[in-house]
Amino acid sequence: MVPILALENISKRFGAVVVADEIDLALNEGEALGVIGPNGAGKTTLFGMATGTVAPDNGRVLYDGKDITRLAPERRCRLGLARSFQIPQPFSGMTVFENVVVAAAFGANESETAVYGRCADLLDSCGLIDKANKRAGGLTLLDRKRLELARALATEPRVLLLDEVAGGLTEHECGTLVELIKTVRAGGVSIVWIEHVVHALLAVVDRLAVLHGGKIIAQGDPRIVIKSPQVAEIYMGIAADA
Amino acid sequence: MSVVSHTVQHATRSSRIGVALIAVTLIALALAPFWGDRQTLRLLAEVYAFVALASLWNLLAGYAGLVSVGQQAFVGLGGYLLFWLVIVLGVHPVVAIFVAGPVAALIAIPVAALTFRLRGAYFAIGTWVVAEVFRLLASQISVLGGGSGISLPAAAVIAMAPTRQAREFEIYWLALALTVIVLAAIVALLRSRHGLALTAIRDNELAAQSSGIGVFRIKIIIYVLVAFGTSMVGALIFLQKLRISPDTAFSVNDWTAFVIFITVIGGIGRIEGPIIGTIIFFIMRQTLSDLGSLYLLIMGAVAIVVMLWAPKGLWGLIAERYGWQALPLQRHLVLKPTKTSGRPS
Repeated sequence: MVPILALENISKRFGAVVVADEIDLALNEGEALGVIGPNGAGKTTLFGMATGTVAPDNGRVLYDGKDITRLAPERRCRLGLARSFQIPQPFSGMTVFENVVVAAAFGANESETAVYGRCADLLDSCGLIDKANKRAGGLTLLDRKRLELARALATEPRVLLLDEVAGGLTEHECGTLVELIKTVRAGGVSIVWIEHVVHALLAVVDRLAVLHGGKIIAQGDPRIVIKSPQVAEIYMGIAADA
Repeated sequence: MSVVSHTVQHATRSSRIGVALIAVTLIALALAPFWGDRQTLRLLAEVYAFVALASLWNLLAGYAGLVSVGQQAFVGLGGYLLFWLVIVLGVHPVVAIFVAGPVAALIAIPVAALTFRLRGAYFAIGTWVVAEVFRLLASQISVLGGGSGISLPAAAVIAMAPTRQAREFEIYWLALALTVIVLAAIVALLRSRHGLALTAIRDNELAAQSSGIGVFRIKIIIYVLVAFGTSMVGALIFLQKLRISPDTAFSVNDWTAFVIFITVIGGIGRIEGPIIGTIIFFIMRQTLSDLGSLYLLIMGAVAIVVMLWAPKGLWGLIAERYGWQALPLQRHLVLKPTKTSGRPS
């Protein structure tokens, strides 16, 4: 089976800092993959390269078997590759509703009026319906994160890349979010989720990859990977052979 | 089908008041030849030209993020195209205005191909360089007076209207109509699907790209459309002046510095901004111009104060505080009361 999204032998360096060192990572259709790693491990850059906002120095990006390494970000989005940003990037002068409408109309390539209904429903399921006419720039952190997710979903993705959507949320808020992501997944969307809130991640993902120093140092069953000596080493400073 | 029952509206209470006020003002302005003297008409026509130029620059810089300091290239190009069409080809001056727009848009395509290779401040300087090149080229056209410029031949002026008064009325109405057309086109654009994308680009280019919006393509289209409009306004400005020279046609002060001042103090990235800005600019100019160069110093000080205290301009300040919009641009989701989770606000 051809993976829905694959990074092949991807490398990227910013000056002397290597953020991706010949990484191979594949996502199967319908799968939910978790990515953890310390700050600066290169997780967000990986999403940048997958979605086209960062050009890799080497390697290829494949979407459904097609080489999309040189494809512009907007084209990748229209193919079905959507992303939420770690630091929310709302269209701050537009209303919450307009934020979602523009992503729905362009990301899914539909007329504006055709997406109104879908967008209203999406705001409802993401808990933003009461703030539909508020300026996105005035939202709280939780609502900005919800908007990131709603806007990504509005493009009707086949692959959803989530970048730390649970960070900074309360336990209850986090639980709501996990339920929402599970629903999205049940709808057939494949997911890659970068997250520091490990328990939220483990509630959703089938596979976990650990990124450190630009390399995948461990991947596999989440419950096994999280207890692996490599993870203990990078997070707690305990030597792998201790 | 949608589970949340809803409708989507553009108009708000403030925009209904705004549209009504604009309609009344337009009627009064259209009747100006019957209540105003010659000086008033000339001044108003100049105001309209600046409203149009500033609105176009606002579309370019405020929405598409293309901070050009070289729009005088297209003002001058429009003016020179008009003079060339009238003098060399014998085209009627009014027709020439409408020919100048599309021709300038065509010329804008290779200019965009060149300047779009530059980013940010480099783009700004690049556009200025292009304008200087245009100015130098214009001074080489001997049939249009070379470096010293040329006046519109009397025959062509008389062909417009038999009397001076009729001609002045005609130019006044043309200026008003052109500005209304430019503003209406901008409003129509911003209300459309592409206007939504353009507003998204204004707010966040990275997120716009990642939401499926072809940012580069939209920027090119806006650049060309703005060149189209700017050149038509330029053609009209020099038809009113009846004389053109490279230095006046490609003046960075008149057609870019003042236009930026107007847009910034009025409110960049908002359609109302340039209109408010032009009114303030002309009030200042009419009251302070006797002070000579001190007037320019005061203008600079006003610009600095506004940028520090109200970086989004005067209209930006009002719009954020009161949520006003003078024109119905936003889409408001209005929920029907059948749904328990939502409530129209």
